[in-house]
Amino acid sequence: MNILRSEWTKFASLRSTWLTAAVTILLGVGVGILAASGTAREYGDLSSVERAAWDPTAESLTSIIVGQLAIGVLGVLVITAEYATGSIQPSLLAVPRRGRLLAAKAVVFAAAAVLLGQLIGFTSFLAGQAVFAGQDVPHATLGQPDVLRGVIGGGLYLAALGLLGLGLGTLFRSTAGAIGTLVALTLLVRSLAQALPQAWADWMNTYWPTTAGEKIVTVVPVDGALAPWAGFGVLCGFVAVVGAAGYLVLRGRDA
Amino acid sequence: MSETIEARGLTKRYGDTVAVDGLTFTVEPGRVTGFLGPNGAGKSTTMRLVLGLDAPSAGDVTVAGQRYADLPRPLQTVGALLDARAVHPGRSAANHLLALAQTVGLGRKRVDEVLGLVGLESVAGRRAGTFSLGMSQRLGIAAALLGDPGVLMFDEPVNGLDPEGIRWIRSLMRDLAAEGRTVLVSSHLMSEMGLTAQHLLVLGRGRLLADMGIDEFLHRHGTESVHVRAGESDRLARVLRRAGAHLDTDGDDLLVERLTATEVGKLAAAEGIALSELTTRRGSLEDVFMTLTGDAVEYGVSA
Repeated sequence: MNILRSEWTKFASLRSTWLTAAVTILLGVGVGILAASGTAREYGDLSSVERAAWDPTAESLTSIIVGQLAIGVLGVLVITAEYATGSIQPSLLAVPRRGRLLAAKAVVFAAAAVLLGQLIGFTSFLAGQAVFAGQDVPHATLGQPDVLRGVIGGGLYLAALGLLGLGLGTLFRSTAGAIGTLVALTLLVRSLAQALPQAWADWMNTYWPTTAGEKIVTVVPVDGALAPWAGFGVLCGFVAVVGAAGYLVLRGRDA
Repeated sequence: MSETIEARGLTKRYGDTVAVDGLTFTVEPGRVTGFLGPNGAGKSTTMRLVLGLDAPSAGDVTVAGQRYADLPRPLQTVGALLDARAVHPGRSAANHLLALAQTVGLGRKRVDEVLGLVGLESVAGRRAGTFSLGMSQRLGIAAALLGDPGVLMFDEPVNGLDPEGIRWIRSLMRDLAAEGRTVLVSSHLMSEMGLTAQHLLVLGRGRLLADMGIDEFLHRHGTESVHVRAGESDRLARVLRRAGAHLDTDGDDLLVERLTATEVGKLAAAEGIALSELTTRRGSLEDVFMTLTGDAVEYGVSA
């Protein structure tokens, strides 16, 4: 409990924390609304098959694609800022059991990231549905089946990406290395996968952790994709593996 | 409980380089122990090993009978200042200390106390990145004192301080030792140790060269000479030489070795020679240190 309080003090006492959080919200929600109004305009040109696959919940939550990088960076900085400034040294003198230090960081940051994710998720959803309704495009309400799961899931996806950032930061100890890897994992690999032979590309589209995890926001099932919670489970498993690798490095290597 | 620092065969290797080579020593409470050695001798590495920041390649080291990582309340057992700049520059001094204090259940009150102790209360809310090296040094000392620990370790604490700050640190260290605490202070400056330490651990190239009281250290390794000045310096020189002294002369000034000041005074009195000056000169600590570590300097300049 003491260590949690300490980590919260560290997290909340930096201006950069609040700045990055604000950027995450603005970027996520802002781009989400822009994307929603864009797809709403295209709705009229869609074929009937495409209209059947129209998922207003998922379409309003594209904010998570943008927001995932910002929140991931926030997670990376929770630990790499300590290495960059050297403050990891007093931190480890105060809490020499390194697993406890990392666990406290993860718990405090997860709580903040879940809150931030929910804020972005619900704001994007409500704003996006208002855009759809304004353009007479089919829209969703929270009372419809699976919609609430999709919206809450969008926030959880962001929190998971934040924790992925924390894990990568612990693994690499350097801000640049961790952020580079984060971008590669979330965006690059996915684009590159499309250039692979079809069977491999299909596999990547189904099982690549962030692609699978995103399915948590879908209300209308997507062909060939994992079910929402199964996909999110794959992402969480991946985050756990990266976090465990980070822990082993933190425990085993000289500070 | 005796809050000593005990190292047994402590060794740290980086590849083929041996930074710390089989150190065995005990740092006792109640006195300032100076950890002395040229830059690169392994002082900081040893301190990092004591504090569990780095893992030893061989041997082990305990503080208050336990490995550092096993201490139930580390900040209340050991306070350490290794690198004064190791602070997030965007965090205020008070919040930096608060985050550390909270790990052992201490709060804002204790933070304010230690800020007062080191004289930083007026800049408590300022971001640490705006601090001068001297202020950072004080902030680092405040962090070390937070848990009121029985063991204190300072790595080159006077670096970057103004004369006022240096005097403050010296008396702080002596006071902490006088309260019965274990105080280990590293320095590459022998003269600094001469002013603060009662006991010395001398390190060269990772090896322990000496572990003894500072007086014994000087007695064993130092040279003592007597500076004497007299109008009849030639006559005095003859008298002293006859008594077995080794002399260096410079006008009326004589530098006498192998005789004590008392002996010189008695001889002069017996011969009726008036002295205008008579002082004992201890071989400079710096000289002693250089002689002892001369072979052990890693990047020495060969003459």
